[in-house]
Amino acid sequence: MKILVCISNVPDTTTKIKLSADGKTIDTAGIQWVINPWDELSLTRALELKDDPAAGVTLVTVAHVGTSSSEPTIRKALAIGADDAIRVNAEPADAYFVAAQIAAVLEKEKYDIILCGIESSDYNGSLTGGIIAEFLGIPSVSSVSSLRIENGKPVIVREIDGGKETLTLPVPFVAVVQKGIAKEPRIASMRGIMTARTKQIRVYEPVAVNPLTEIVMYEKPAPRAACKFISPDNPAELIHLLQNEAKVI
Amino acid sequence: MSVLVYTENWDGKFKKLSFELVSYSAAIAEMINTGVVALTIGQVEDEELKKLGNYGAKKVICVTGDSLKYLDNKIYTSIIAGIAEKENSKVIVFSNNNSGKAIAPGVAVRLKAGVAAAVNALPSSVEPFTIRKKVYSGNAFAHTVIKSEIKVLSLLQNSYDIKETANNAEIERVAWNVEPGMVKTEVLDVQKQTGKVLLTDAEIVVSGGRGMKSPDNWGPLVELAELLGGATACSRPVSDEGWRPHEEHTGQTGKIIAPNLYIAVGISGATQHLAGISSSKYIVAINIDKDAPIFEAAQYGIVGDAMKVLPKLVEAVRELKK
Ligand SMILES: Cc1cc2nc3c(=O)[nH]c(=O)nc-3n(C[C@H](O)[C@H](O)[C@H](O)COP(=O)(O)OP(=O)(O)OC[C@H]3O[C@@H](n4cnc5c(N)ncnc54)[C@H](O)[C@@H]3O)c2cc1C
Ligand SMILES: Nc1ncnc2c1ncn2[C@@H]1O[C@H](COP(=O)(O)O)[C@@H](O)[C@H]1O
Repeated sequence: MKILVCISNVPDTTTKIKLSADGKTIDTAGIQWVINPWDELSLTRALELKDDPAAGVTLVTVAHVGTSSSEPTIRKALAIGADDAIRVNAEPADAYFVAAQIAAVLEKEKYDIILCGIESSDYNGSLTGGIIAEFLGIPSVSSVSSLRIENGKPVIVREIDGGKETLTLPVPFVAVVQKGIAKEPRIASMRGIMTARTKQIRVYEPVAVNPLTEIVMYEKPAPRAACKFISPDNPAELIHLLQNEAKVI
Repeated sequence: MSVLVYTENWDGKFKKLSFELVSYSAAIAEMINTGVVALTIGQVEDEELKKLGNYGAKKVICVTGDSLKYLDNKIYTSIIAGIAEKENSKVIVFSNNNSGKAIAPGVAVRLKAGVAAAVNALPSSVEPFTIRKKVYSGNAFAHTVIKSEIKVLSLLQNSYDIKETANNAEIERVAWNVEPGMVKTEVLDVQKQTGKVLLTDAEIVVSGGRGMKSPDNWGPLVELAELLGGATACSRPVSDEGWRPHEEHTGQTGKIIAPNLYIAVGISGATQHLAGISSSKYIVAINIDKDAPIFEAAQYGIVGDAMKVLPKLVEAVRELKK
């Protein structure tokens, strides 16, 4: 069984987002770029499965659509333990474009399980995994919080509103993963960092696809009004305000 | 022409979320001079279907058939795309919830439509079609142009006011024939949470962080939530420690919620936590540290020890309910 983990390159989640003066772009000065948190977790899960001989996973590859500027993020994934990497050399214009690139790679290289995150923490698209599956005509499962392989059969848990469902399906498929898929992201060991340098990154040139969306302007949410403080000795005052001022209880 | 809205049903019933989606879709339909068709999959009674008319749907389509009991992305995608073609839908609206995230991408590919996910406003212009969506977990919004002829949107929960209009929806029942072998996902087991107010549905949420000190201290917090008819939630370390169940974890990597009232007790207000709750209408913070960042996000705050404040709040709400 071969697993492809799609990773996106995002600003560290503690970043205070600043806009450029004209509001048309994000000010990227000083931003620390990291592997999207969900992708870090799905990579961790893929490696856990590879470590378990019973799961029968022979290869874990990471795939990324981006320019050479995101190579440090790919190297980090290799240092964590991915066997090799694929990079499609293009600016990720939108989810449709990114998914088309990954689908094109998957026409050439066969993988059984394709893992995508539930969203990129920057664009909050929640789209790429589902679009890849549709392009390839293979099934997909979303909101996946657990992935096991039992007797060669994938067993998946997905979250639904107010519960969970356990299901199985034949490979190949796309799993769109969320919280729960792995407990803590695996971190790179010293040895991992050393061997990452020698691991292969296969670079593909992009296929011609037009993105279907374009961001024309960014905006920061309106700042909230200053906090109104209530004495800890008189919480009844808070209840009064919630009832009569905010009118929420 | 039409605007198609996918209104999921839960055991044959709609929720507030469904009415929000239809209200929102009706407003878009008005902008492009057309009407709303609502679509649901599974067995729903006429009376329940009619409700969607009260929020602006001119037609409600209920699709039933074998093998439709569980969400199979491919099957649901083909149904929704098929109905969209038949109804000549120019805009297709989903919720940005679990099922919306599962189906919207596939429907978009089938209809060659661009998608804006996690939108939280009506389009600012229909030509070019420009709409505001959440990015950076709510730390910014992006005005996005969708260039394709057909547009797919997924609406953030609790971001549009429900509007009732007297309207009698036409009901159409469609029997969908799923070819054997088409369903690839086989559901082996279902675990449903019962009895409690679901976190994603709750109007009021009382949430505890590491400042609650120990799992044994949750009594008054749970009581407060119950008295207010709300749900309980927690920060990530709390669920990681196993103090509270994982379903309660809110934030960037947990549940993203937007209740009317979010009461954060002993939560510092890390950006990753705020990412899951910043769309709440009102945020109340109770924290012993007056400099905790949560107070920057809150409208009301109490600087104090949760162990002392919570029982007093419970008392005050009890008084109120008398
Ligand atoms: C990639 C990534 C994703 C993450 N995702 C999430 C997420 O989804 N959700 C999430 O919550 N976190 C998330 N985190 C973790 C986040 O950064 C914070 O560590 C976490 O939110 C802190 O939880 P807390 O506020 O409960 O604890 P702390 O930060 O320890 O805060 C405890 C607070 O309690 C107060 N306190 C102490 N004693 C009392 C008392 N007696 N009475 C009242 N107040 C008291 C303290 O003043 C303090 O402000 C993520 C982190 C990373 C790196
Ligand atoms: N540029 C990219 N390269 C590879 N995978 C990506 C890229 N962008 C997004 N993805 C994958 O798609 C998931 C969801 O991203 P999105 O649809 O952008 O919210 C991410 O968690 C990744 O797994």
